[in-house]
Amino acid sequence: MAKKVTIQVLADLAQERDEKFHGHNPLAPGHRMCIGCGIPPIVNEVLLAIDKPTVVSTATGCLEVTTGVYPYTAWNTPWIHVNFQSAAAAIGGVEAAYKVLKKKGLINEDIAFVAFGGDGGTYDIGFQSLSAAVERGHDFLYVCYNNEGYQNTGYQKSSATPIGAYTKTTPVGKEKIGKQEPRKDLTMIMAAHGIPYVAQASPHIYRDLTRKVKKAMTFKGPKFINTLQPCTLSWRFAPEDTMRLAKLAVETRYWPVYEVINGKYWKVNVKPKRPKPIEEYIEAQPRWRHVLKYPEIVAQIQKEIDDKWNHLLALEEMSKALAEKEGIDYEALFANPEDKKGEE
Amino acid sequence: MSTKVIALTGNQAAAEAMRQINFDVAAVYPISPQTELMGFFAEYVANGEVDTDMVAVEGEHSAMAACIGAAAAGARVITASAGPGIAYMVENLYIASGMRLPIVLIDVNRALSAPLSIHCDHGDSMLTRDSGWISLFSENAQEAYHNLIMSVKIAEKAMFPVIVNYDGYIVSHSIENVEIFDDETVREFVGPSGIHRIPYPLLDVSKPVTYGATAQPDYYTECKYQQHVDFLKVYDIVREVFNEFESISGKRYDFIEEYMTEDAEYIGISMGSSFGTLKDAVNTLRAQGRKVGAIKIRLYRPFPVKELAQALSKAKGIAVLDRADSFDGIGGPLFKDVCTAILHNQNRSLVHNFIYGLGGREIHEEEFIKAFDRVERLEKGVETRDNLVEYLQVRA
Repeated sequence: MAKKVTIQVLADLAQERDEKFHGHNPLAPGHRMCIGCGIPPIVNEVLLAIDKPTVVSTATGCLEVTTGVYPYTAWNTPWIHVNFQSAAAAIGGVEAAYKVLKKKGLINEDIAFVAFGGDGGTYDIGFQSLSAAVERGHDFLYVCYNNEGYQNTGYQKSSATPIGAYTKTTPVGKEKIGKQEPRKDLTMIMAAHGIPYVAQASPHIYRDLTRKVKKAMTFKGPKFINTLQPCTLSWRFAPEDTMRLAKLAVETRYWPVYEVINGKYWKVNVKPKRPKPIEEYIEAQPRWRHVLKYPEIVAQIQKEIDDKWNHLLALEEMSKALAEKEGIDYEALFANPEDKKGEE
Repeated sequence: MSTKVIALTGNQAAAEAMRQINFDVAAVYPISPQTELMGFFAEYVANGEVDTDMVAVEGEHSAMAACIGAAAAGARVITASAGPGIAYMVENLYIASGMRLPIVLIDVNRALSAPLSIHCDHGDSMLTRDSGWISLFSENAQEAYHNLIMSVKIAEKAMFPVIVNYDGYIVSHSIENVEIFDDETVREFVGPSGIHRIPYPLLDVSKPVTYGATAQPDYYTECKYQQHVDFLKVYDIVREVFNEFESISGKRYDFIEEYMTEDAEYIGISMGSSFGTLKDAVNTLRAQGRKVGAIKIRLYRPFPVKELAQALSKAKGIAVLDRADSFDGIGGPLFKDVCTAILHNQNRSLVHNFIYGLGGREIHEEEFIKAFDRVERLEKGVETRDNLVEYLQVRA
């Protein structure tokens, strides 16, 4: 049974954080996320990878409603939730305050800023404030935990939902088979902002995700990481299969893991030698399984995956050539920040 | 303390107050007639005359979200908007007050669409009246300047956000003489910035706090009750700050301003820039020997119930002049507020509601005189009414 701590007590206890919270994660036990949910590992991996005090903002969604249920909190770090649309705008405000107060000498600590949002709060309703916050150049990392739908409200479609998938607002009927449109490629859109660092990651390769967070934090300015987060409840697979689903997504190239620096240099981190057919990934998810009866939809999904994969590889080749032309060491550009530290 | 009198528009006077207060963060998004206010302020920022980080956001919703983040971080924060911009940020106004954050918002009053109008009425402000924000109305540039300076102190003492209203174009763009304090006086009055102006700043990383939790039915009521109880303490805090302000400025402010109400049988009530016109109407009628008076509401939220009840305790007839309609068959927002305030008065005043000045329509003395005439005839039974609310200024 997880221990519950009231907000006020937590604030008092936090003074002696090292003794009292020794060994605890940034997201403490006692949250109310579903068994098998991919969010807690994502949040903990991200925050543990940052080696300084971190202020977190969160959009409304699964993460928010399960971690800060008054009068309890699961957050071991300063945290704010404003609303669905505002994770990026709110952390931008916190960061702006930090800059001024630091300039005035009222704060001395070195503090990091992270915003979390689900795909609804990131791809859809929060997209305007996210795009604007990165355009303004706030120094923060935005992490999207992408479970491809509005899971907190009972699985409605978002613009991250793949074509053919069943949701409450895209049911399977005689005229329409699930969602009609392909998913929005937000990672590409964020890369087009030309911000210092953009990446796509998966929680099952935790070394890759934490390395990407460390890498992201070496840049000043806006950073964006999109992580797939298989939702056991709405995708309807067994809770112990979360990481298996994430792995399948990468092995089928459905969810390529890659990183982009300054919107210019691209690197695909995992290249499956023998990619699995998308049917295997679809088959594992009852939300989507019905499309296997429609070969034309499966073919369309496979084509989208192949096209995007080839596009990514082309971008990678182009950026290698570009780096060479500019006299930049392509490999050093993507080097693990910890390796760099070792060299120094 | 030294002061100087200079010719300024309302927007310039407010920008001057913002410069003197030296806010830590200003979230900025353009909308007429507020736009030039932040334009003036941007020049102070560009010239390094203030330390403010100006966050030029992509919309009013994010403007308030950024203010919430910055205020929770521990910074002194301001934003400004008008009309539809206020409507767009309403969701976040409730969040700011629910989190008890001392934010200042300037509402350069503007009408709401449709039809689109960039000119003044109080429809925008009425969207904020139940949002848990303290609301101050300004009659002119001088009051806008004073209210803005006082608002910082009120917000930080009360731990509630404050809206300072002044009328779009009529105040924001008209030039008048404004008495400006020297910078030291203002800075001393509002006090220095610092993250511990609020008890639990986000940036105090040694004490992690949670802002914006979810509350289930088991706790939501208690949270709102605390907010309710504390909001009632705002009266004393505003009075305290008005008193402190008087000690530095010699200028005495109260929740309401009374004009010739002592022996008045008929009293007109308005807010904002039209009060001068209302006083003119009173002067004209007084010259004719009629016992009339006028009241201006300065503190709109929380509503000055006791002060108004007292001021209206002997009135035979009351004309409530609303610069916004509610379209509900009951009357304008101010009308309902006034009716509630006098509910327990011994005498039964006749209260009648007039809507005027919508979408920037210019208001003349004769129209307010018509309102006084109508109330007097209703009260004497010479005329009757079908509705509690009537429009002034409608073309036949």
